[in-house]
Amino acid sequence: MAQASYPAELLYHPEHDWARIDEADPAIATLGITWYAQDSLGEVVFFEAPALGTTVSKDAPYTEVESVKAVSDVVAPLSGEIVEINEIVVENPGMINEDPYGEGWLVKVRLSDPAEREALLDAATYIATLSG
Amino acid sequence: MLAAIGVGSVQEIFDRQIPAPVRLGRPLQLPDGLPEQDVFEHLRALASRNTSAEDELSFLGAGMYDHYVPALIDMLTERSEFLTPYTPYQPEISQGTLQVMFEYQTAIAELTGLAVSNASVYEGPSAVAAAGYLATLHNGRRRFVVSAGLHPHSIQTLRTNAHGYDAEVVEVPLRDGVTDLDAWSEAIDGDTSAAIFAQPNFYGAVEDAAALSAAAKAAADPVVVAQVDPITLGVLAPPGDCGVDVAVGEGQPLGNRLDFGGPSFGLFAAREEYLRRMPGRIAGETVDVDGRRGFVLTLQTREQHIRREKATSNICTAQALNALAGVVYLAWLGRRGIVELGELLLARTHYAREQLGAFPGVEKLHEQPVVREFALRLDADVAAVRRRCVERGVNPGVDAHALSGREEDRGVLLVAITERRTRADIDRLVEILGAAVASERRETVAV
Amino acid sequence: MSPLEENRSEPGVATRGPLGGAPTSATPPMQRDVARTIFQKGAPGRRAFVCPELDVPAVDVGELLPERFRRAQPPRLPEVSEPEIVRHYVGISKRNFDLDSGFYPLGSCTMKHNPRLHERVAALPGHARLHPLQDPEHAQGALELMWNLQRALSEISGLPHVSLQPSAGSHGELAGVLLTRAFHEDRGETRHKVLTPDTAHGTNPATVTMAGFEVVKLATNADGGIDIEDLRAKADTDVACLMLTNPNTLGLFDPNITEIAEIVHGVGATLYYDGANLNAVMGLSRPGDMGFDIVHFNLHKSFTQPHGGGGPGAGPIAVSDRIAPFLPVPVVVRRESEADGVQTEGARAGAEQAPEFDLDYERPKSIGRLRGFQGNYGCFVRAYAYICSLGGDGLRDASETAVLNANYLLARLKQRGVAELLPLAYGELCMHEFVLSGGPMKRALEIKTLDLAKRLLDFGFHPPTVYFPLLVDEALMVEPTETETKETLDAFADAIAAILEEAAADPEIARSAPYSTPVRRLDEVAAAKRPVIREVMA
Repeated sequence: MAQASYPAELLYHPEHDWARIDEADPAIATLGITWYAQDSLGEVVFFEAPALGTTVSKDAPYTEVESVKAVSDVVAPLSGEIVEINEIVVENPGMINEDPYGEGWLVKVRLSDPAEREALLDAATYIATLSG
Repeated sequence: MLAAIGVGSVQEIFDRQIPAPVRLGRPLQLPDGLPEQDVFEHLRALASRNTSAEDELSFLGAGMYDHYVPALIDMLTERSEFLTPYTPYQPEISQGTLQVMFEYQTAIAELTGLAVSNASVYEGPSAVAAAGYLATLHNGRRRFVVSAGLHPHSIQTLRTNAHGYDAEVVEVPLRDGVTDLDAWSEAIDGDTSAAIFAQPNFYGAVEDAAALSAAAKAAADPVVVAQVDPITLGVLAPPGDCGVDVAVGEGQPLGNRLDFGGPSFGLFAAREEYLRRMPGRIAGETVDVDGRRGFVLTLQTREQHIRREKATSNICTAQALNALAGVVYLAWLGRRGIVELGELLLARTHYAREQLGAFPGVEKLHEQPVVREFALRLDADVAAVRRRCVERGVNPGVDAHALSGREEDRGVLLVAITERRTRADIDRLVEILGAAVASERRETVAV
Repeated sequence: MSPLEENRSEPGVATRGPLGGAPTSATPPMQRDVARTIFQKGAPGRRAFVCPELDVPAVDVGELLPERFRRAQPPRLPEVSEPEIVRHYVGISKRNFDLDSGFYPLGSCTMKHNPRLHERVAALPGHARLHPLQDPEHAQGALELMWNLQRALSEISGLPHVSLQPSAGSHGELAGVLLTRAFHEDRGETRHKVLTPDTAHGTNPATVTMAGFEVVKLATNADGGIDIEDLRAKADTDVACLMLTNPNTLGLFDPNITEIAEIVHGVGATLYYDGANLNAVMGLSRPGDMGFDIVHFNLHKSFTQPHGGGGPGAGPIAVSDRIAPFLPVPVVVRRESEADGVQTEGARAGAEQAPEFDLDYERPKSIGRLRGFQGNYGCFVRAYAYICSLGGDGLRDASETAVLNANYLLARLKQRGVAELLPLAYGELCMHEFVLSGGPMKRALEIKTLDLAKRLLDFGFHPPTVYFPLLVDEALMVEPTETETKETLDAFADAIAAILEEAAADPEIARSAPYSTPVRRLDEVAAAKRPVIREVMA
């Protein structure tokens, strides 16, 4: 994705991760990395998929993405248990660059503490942290 | 030059940067520099005070062996283009180095029967330690089960490294010269990170690698590691076919000199699933912007310069020049040659062991198959016997107890056979060793 | 016409070639060669090796070796003749740039000339065919050489006790951190942290993790040295060690080194010196005098062990008295002769006259072994020959000239008007290397440090180290070493200036460089995504 974009409906973590919570099923969050993160990394060549059922903790890294020249921790914006992994990015990690908010999602998590979402940033606040 | 820099003297550059209290302020107390010819004479004089394989008939082994290094290896490793470049960080002008690495990786993968090989690590024992670290990264466990047939230096190096990350090393004894299978199975549990054995083992015996791997996997799921002697892989079943996950080994026998123990290289190969945990450099194939085939360092995100504290190891070096010698040697031996060499070693080793074992006071330590090295138990003091042999120009082999420190190794001599040891040489060894043992036994009896 | 189009009409111009497309008469000859591995050459039945005759009674392999132990199929090694092998490897050697052929200003690598005498002496059979398990009394030449080398390294570093065992710099670092652990454990303490500056080489934090410690980063101050306040804040009794390079990876000598040592020792931690930059200070300043407890040397840097395309090397360590008990075994010792009437150190029971130089294993507090045998002796021979050739004064001259050359090159670059686009990251003068930032160049000319490096290849130079240290934006680390002439330094400065001028007119030239190398820019992404790390055979 060539142009920086930060969809308004998502929640953001300062370590460059996003969460999507669909109000139809608020117990599940979809997680991924932001445009800024994939742009800094360069073309992603490898995504180490964590195991289903793994517990993730807010603010702690739960996996890594690699480009040729860099490795980056992926931090969980919310706590919970991994219930689905995006096989598309396992097979084609470049999708994380192409469509970081859509087809490039990483995992889905069953939230253990939905109230944690209050601590996350909205798009405008997150964008402000990038220029700081 | 000083004018361009804007200083009055070189001293000024230092005075402006190094605080006075830490300036040395006196000359280094070292001998004065010498012209090249004097340095040469000095180094030659030192060399003359060493008894090398050129000066005596040597049957020393136990990890490094006096094989014949063909002349073309010296010629290639002395070439400026191979000897003097740096690590290939600019691949466009390092295709020679990178292609050699790629060819070496291919050769080692073929030899070991495992899918992936790196471009080499330092040497044998530290390769065993590196395999242990890989296992720990892979399964998070902190216990290593090792056969007592592993080279003592490998066990010691593993212990030193394991202490760094609080891992335990447990030894499994041998029975009849090979790893005790029952004790091996019993020792391996759900906390075991890796199970490690040698092939052939320290006493020259061929282990039942397939049985050891199967037993390990039946007991729990450790990473199975074998330390192999690459020159035997023309005749012995490759570790990849025996259920081994990671094969490591001392590469010196492949085209490298003895050099009093180094430099050489360590081979490191593994199943595909361990690729991203492998230490060391790896060369990969790719294309350039015009579609030309080329090679680059790849999977660098495992390594220290990118992953830093999360690296698969801290290794910065491949033993590139030594690995070059290794791959050229393997090409020189070729598909048939490595088999023929192995069969020659088998025949001569068998002959030597049978001849020696027939002598009074000398017996085979075990009856297991051997390929290029074997162990004898002498009914005499090994050190004294060796001294007598050396006085007559024959170095009969390694005093196992002196190397391992194990009580059960008292009286044990390790004898190594290479293709340079002819039948006449072996006959001479038999004569002299036999006489030495006989003399020592007489003396002991007399006392 | 753009410079690129001009180039196409001038096939003879060596530094510039046509962009892309099929090989033409202007394509550098080597680019026309398709890379083929040794596995793609040869033919069934060809061979180089002639097996020595079977002179012992023939054996039935099947009887000696049960079938399940035997290899069923030979390994698929090549089937090639000696002339094919020679032509193949000589051919691919020509696809390498090397130090004997050109300038190699890689920062922190110390690419100084490798004297050929060293190959000659290392090849002497008394050194080359000496078995590592030869009895010490029959290896006195080797042990004396190691002892002398140890003493020289001790004098150069200002620390009394040396181990030559580690196989490389990073191996020496591992030794140093394990020694630190042993030191603290011996005092009944368990410490968990090791401090490293944020400019540290990647091996430092990797080593710390392998040795079971946690890495804590220290900030760099505005002058490029350790931020003393940050150090004070982080130095506590849970810190085992501070690992430093001095001069650091910015090429700067830390003027606060004495204070740093006091702070670290004040909390009972050890101070470790990464000797990668020793080439700046030999005979001028010594890490032992700066307060360091443990030092590692890179024999393949300051001491001319050839790099060999990535190895071998050697990473000996020198330590203070309080660390000495923990050194790896074996330790090379020199015993006073009994004729002197002096008590022999650790006399071996039951031995005949103990040899003068020996390997000592009686070290109850030793951390143990780090590798087999006693180290990379072939590297010791070369390093020792170098030290014998130069002597104490020569080593100091080498450092002085290395520092002079680096400062001159820096000044020359400024003269060529390069400083605005590639400013020095920190300080004014430097030691043996300096770090430039390509940030301004990137903003003004739209070419990155990577592009500059690739274009330098067309000019016949190996580029400096790029993108390290991480602290500097678009970093370019330059270390000329003392064995380069003023003419070479001038030519390099001219080349940098020419590339910048060229980029100002047309940035695309550098962005698509190199043109004249055996292959052009390689797709590293593809290599990482789907690694192919061996030849696939039919």
